Amino acid sequence: MKELTYVRATSAAEAVEAVTDDPRAQYLGGGTNLTDHLKLGITTPEVLVDVSRLPLDTVEDTGTGLRIGAAVRNSDLAAHPVVRSDFPALSRALLAGASGQIRNQATTAGNLLQRTRCVYFQDPTTPCNKREPGSGCSAIEGYGRYNAVLGASEACVAVHPSDMAVAMSALDAQVVVLGAEGERRIPLEDLHRLPGHHPERDTTLAHGELITAVELSRSGAARTSTYEKARDRASYAFALVSVAAALELDGDRVADVRIAWGGAAHKPWRARTAEDLLRDGPLDEQRVRDAAAEELRAAATGPDSDYKVAMLTGITARALVRLSEATS
Amino acid sequence: MPTLRLTVDGVARKVEIDSRTSLLDALRERLEVTAPKKGCDHGQCGSCTVLLDGRRSLSCLALAVAHEGADVVTASGLGSMDEPHPVQQAFLDHDGYQCGYCTPGQVCSVVGMLEEAAQGHPSHVTSDLDPEALIDLSNDEIRERMSGNLCRCGAYAGILDAVRQVHAEAGNGTGGAR
Repeated sequence: MKELTYVRATSAAEAVEAVTDDPRAQYLGGGTNLTDHLKLGITTPEVLVDVSRLPLDTVEDTGTGLRIGAAVRNSDLAAHPVVRSDFPALSRALLAGASGQIRNQATTAGNLLQRTRCVYFQDPTTPCNKREPGSGCSAIEGYGRYNAVLGASEACVAVHPSDMAVAMSALDAQVVVLGAEGERRIPLEDLHRLPGHHPERDTTLAHGELITAVELSRSGAARTSTYEKARDRASYAFALVSVAAALELDGDRVADVRIAWGGAAHKPWRARTAEDLLRDGPLDEQRVRDAAAEELRAAATGPDSDYKVAMLTGITARALVRLSEATS
Repeated sequence: MPTLRLTVDGVARKVEIDSRTSLLDALRERLEVTAPKKGCDHGQCGSCTVLLDGRRSLSCLALAVAHEGADVVTASGLGSMDEPHPVQQAFLDHDGYQCGYCTPGQVCSVVGMLEEAAQGHPSHVTSDLDPEALIDLSNDEIRERMSGNLCRCGAYAGILDAVRQVHAEAGNGTGGAR
């Protein structure tokens, strides 16, 4: 590890100023991902600006929805009564991720900004364009079981590891960001980016921009939402694939449907083609399978990762059929 | 170097540390508190689990400087040889260990987990998310909630029985830190 200066921010504005003005500075939240990266030498900041004690640790009911502070711990968010009743996909996604200990430490913003668990990204002895731009991608010709199947590039096939972000994508969350120029809101769907030629950039945030909150709006679909995850063991493992689904039926007709996939791409993958095919029609397993298959027509797979296409189709059908049975 | 002040197992401690030091290394290498163990050092095994400001946490994934002023309780602080904590006694009663390396982390994790359950926190296997629903701490619930603590000796069956005993003794209450 390199020499490191630790600064405890006393206000969000002060933190933004400190990081914006210093290209060697990074934010520190719960630290569960960053501490590991410091040990592994994946990131080498010279200044850490600790934002974990800023007064951003409350969940506020705004009437129309929730405003979730950036420093709210994953365990507290999962257990929040309104999240459980009105946004169950978010609670389910959080509880499907990490372990009890890590959920006590990890924050909302830190969960969004955690980095890929691609085995090559985490191994500094191997080429990786995300870790070291221009060095090459070891995963494309390497162990491909965890690789992206949608939206990948010749530079990077990593997937975003968060469960929480997939649920927030399906719930149309808005991310509140503070920068040197003031505050702005970004749809969660636009926070993370596809790798393209710059896989070293996970998000659309500029250096120094600080996530201060995530906002959710109540809706019928959000209230009937869930999260399902397929993994190599029953607990404490990252997703092979996952789905966040939200559904509102009007009689037998789909009035509103939202589908987001995890383990599929460099960002939570909002399956809008599938949603469009399902909206206004009846909901049954075959229709969901057909819609998912249409979304996956663009999938690019290898022998190690082609299982993800069938698994995404199946898990999406299971999630939506269960939701329709729960509502009717 | 920054000065770190902590309360560790009820005792006020002060130490100068490099800001890159993990809480685990600060405890073990600087403060000679060796109950939390370094297993993987990457947040995958749970053997470094402590109660950090009352909540079970991985000390290997916490930067020590970020926890200035924190209250840290390790397995040593939960009980003693003469007066073990109910969770420690239950591990003894049910052979909830073999080599013992993961045990201090397991014990702290059980204490934190039972407190979370008492507060009504749901888990991945909780079928009903209704905030009013009581948590039925079934074997599946215990297994899921303890999944962050690995035991290479495979003493899981004994650990499960130990948790069941503490949970029953506490009248389905907390079994929390003393």
